[in-house]
Amino acid sequence: MDVEKYIASGILELYIAGILSDKENLEIANYAKEYPEIQKEIVAIEASILALSKKASPGYNYSFKSLMNKINGEVKVVSINEKRSTPLLSYVGWAASLLLAVGLFWMYQQNEDLKSNIQVVEKQNVDLEQQIADTDSSLEQTQDLLNTLRDKNISVTSLGGQTVSPTSYAKAYWNKENQKVFIDAKGLPEPPDGFVYQVWSLKLSPLTPTSMGLLEDFATDENKVFALNNPNESEAFGITLEPAGGSESPNLEQLYTLGVVAAS
Amino acid sequence: MQLDLLVDQFKKKDPSAFEKLYGMYADNICGVINTIVKNDALSQEICQDVFIKIWNNCESYNSSKGRFFTWILNIARNAAIDEIRSRSYKNDKKNLSADYFVGILQNKEDEQASTVDTQGLRKLIDNLKEKCVQIIELLYFRGYTQKDAAEELDIPIGTVKTRNRSCISQLRENMEGK
Repeated sequence: MDVEKYIASGILELYIAGILSDKENLEIANYAKEYPEIQKEIVAIEASILALSKKASPGYNYSFKSLMNKINGEVKVVSINEKRSTPLLSYVGWAASLLLAVGLFWMYQQNEDLKSNIQVVEKQNVDLEQQIADTDSSLEQTQDLLNTLRDKNISVTSLGGQTVSPTSYAKAYWNKENQKVFIDAKGLPEPPDGFVYQVWSLKLSPLTPTSMGLLEDFATDENKVFALNNPNESEAFGITLEPAGGSESPNLEQLYTLGVVAAS
Repeated sequence: MQLDLLVDQFKKKDPSAFEKLYGMYADNICGVINTIVKNDALSQEICQDVFIKIWNNCESYNSSKGRFFTWILNIARNAAIDEIRSRSYKNDKKNLSADYFVGILQNKEDEQASTVDTQGLRKLIDNLKEKCVQIIELLYFRGYTQKDAAEELDIPIGTVKTRNRSCISQLRENMEGK
C-alpha cells in the first residue's frame, strides 16, 4: 500500500472527526497497527484537534472527586427522579399504546364484520342466480313439453276412471313416429306408500297387456307428466296400482284408468 | 500504547484509569461543548454530564470503531447539540449553523469574566482561512457528514476531504510554530 498517498487523501482527518463508516474505521484501525507512519499521523491529527478544543475551553472548575460524587449520587437521584417524573409520561405512553391497541382491534373487528357481510351478500347473490337458472330451466322444460304436446304427430287418448277410483282420469299423448308416450297423470290420487302406478299398453283381442313402465316419484314430480317409450301397436292404455317395483302382469282389480286409442 | 492500556482499564470500570482519562480530556471536551453552546457555565455543566455518560457507557466503546477521543468527542457534541436544541435556541436554527467558533473570541473579549484562553485560541487559528474554520467546525465540533458539510458550505463533496486535510495541516503548523 502507498502509505504516503493514503495519508494525503485526508481520510485520517475524517477518522478523528468520527464521521466514517464502521467498515472504514475498522480498516484504518488495522492499518494503524500495521503501519507506524499511519499511527503517528493519526496521533498528530488528534493532537491538533485536542489543542484547538482545549483553547476553546472555559476551563474546568469541577474536580474529579466532585464528578465521582455526582456519579455515585446520580444513581440515587436518577432513581428518585424516575419515580417522580416517569408516571405522567409513562402513563400517557401506556394510555396511548392501549388506545392504539383498542383502536386497531376495533378496526380489525369492523373489517371482519364487513368481510362477513360481503360473504353473506355474495352467498345471496349465488342463491338468487341459482334460482334464476332453475326457473329458466324449468321454463324451458315446460316450453319443451308444450311443444311436444302440440306436435302434429301426437294422438291424444283420454283415460277414464274405473271402479276402484271413478273420479280418476289421465291422458296419454302418443307420438307414434318416435314411439313416445307422455302420460299426464294429474288426475290420479297420490299412490299409498309401497305402491306405484304402472302403465300398460293393451291389445284388445285377445287382451294382451305389455308394461310400458312406472310413474316413478309420483309425489315429487311437479307437473305429473311422464315420458315413456312405447314401441307397441297399442289399442288401449291402462294404469294400475302395483307394489313398488312394478309387476309382470297388471292387477286388474286395481285398474285406475283406462282409455281406448282412437282409430286413426 | 499507554493510552490503550488506560482505556482497557477504564472499560473495566477502573476509577483510577477514568481519573487519568478525565485529566487528559476534560478541558478538550469542555472546549468542544463551548464551541457549540458558547456559554462557560453551561459548558461546564454539560461537560460533567458528558463524563457521567462516558462512565456509565464505558463498555460500549470499541477501539475498532475509532479513537477513544473520537468516541467521547461524539458524545460531547451530541450532548451539546441536544442541549441547545432543547433550549430557546429551538426557533433560531441559524445560531447552530452560521455562528462559528470564532464567535467565542468576539464574545469573550466583551466578557472580562471569561476564562477562555482567547489569546491562545487566536494564535492557533489566526492565519486559518474562514473556510478552514468553517470546515473544521462542521466536521469536528458539529459532527457533520461529508455530504452535509458539502451542502452547508456549497462545495463539491469530493473537495471536503482534501480541503479539511490542508486546513488541519495549517493548524498543525500553527501548533508547532508556537
